[in-house]
Amino acid sequence: MNRREEDLQHAPDHDPLELEPELREALGNFKSSVNAWSEAMMHRPREIKAPARSSWAAPKWALGCAVFLATVSGGVYQNHRHLEAAKAQTARIAEQQRLQSAQRAQEEADLLAKVDNDIARQVPSALEPLASLMDDNQNIGN
Amino acid sequence: MAACTTLEPMVNATAELAAPQEFDSAVACHRAQIFRFLLSSTRDVDLAETLTQDCLLKAHRNWSTFRGESSVLTWLMRIAINLQKDHWRNRRLQFWRQTQTNAVDLDEASEWLPSGERSAEQRILAKEQVAHVWRAVENLSERQRTVFLLRFVEELDLKQIADVTGMGEGTVKAHLSRALARVRKQLGEKQ
Repeated sequence: MNRREEDLQHAPDHDPLELEPELREALGNFKSSVNAWSEAMMHRPREIKAPARSSWAAPKWALGCAVFLATVSGGVYQNHRHLEAAKAQTARIAEQQRLQSAQRAQEEADLLAKVDNDIARQVPSALEPLASLMDDNQNIGN
Repeated sequence: MAACTTLEPMVNATAELAAPQEFDSAVACHRAQIFRFLLSSTRDVDLAETLTQDCLLKAHRNWSTFRGESSVLTWLMRIAINLQKDHWRNRRLQFWRQTQTNAVDLDEASEWLPSGERSAEQRILAKEQVAHVWRAVENLSERQRTVFLLRFVEELDLKQIADVTGMGEGTVKAHLSRALARVRKQLGEKQ
């Protein structure tokens, strides 16, 4: 038991239910008054009221719908943009790959041509002096 | 249950009421008294009705656990007091909400008097006394108010009040004494 509780228990020596006439009368009137009030409130006719709709109800709905639509359409638009960007990126990469392939093919073709040019001779190298002599003779004959 | 009038204290309900089929009888007996106590505690008709309904609903749900160790009234009053405490605690926690209270003011509460054979002067004097008691009650602490109303409106004795509130009888007596001192002071100031 805490100190406050002990203090409360030892506070009064006289019986708190001992009431002087005036207090008794006042408390009696108080009880009667509470009884009368309680009885009246218990048996009062009750009105069932529909919850009042404020004039803000319609604008609130409209605003809510607008916000909802804006949110949804914003999301859809964002998604669409992402898809478009992804498509463009894919096309760009494909184009780059195509160009790289074409360039590589061109380089390979050039290299082959160069090799062909280097390797492909009209006469073998051992016969080259003879071939040059033939060329000289033909020139003289002409 | 003819003995259970709406205005008289109904403290003689016993354990035999604990049978499930007797719940309706218990409600019929004690509903008015629970409502009256809550109305005098809160001075708010709507709140008192709501808390009374909550009290009876809770009692109904726990009716099978009621073992009849105390009277039905004591049990119901205890539930009502706990619900009232919960209500004020929740309200304090929701301090950021706009507090809408329907509590009637003291003058309006003092207007109610039974229609008896009184002269106009007696009625005026009675209203004045009632208003002073209401003013004193308003300034009491929560415990003092509860004890005071249980004693002088519901006419429970000290032991019953101790059972209902969970306080010791000595503590109840001390709270009652202090509450009465306030009422005496308030009544003394009018003179």
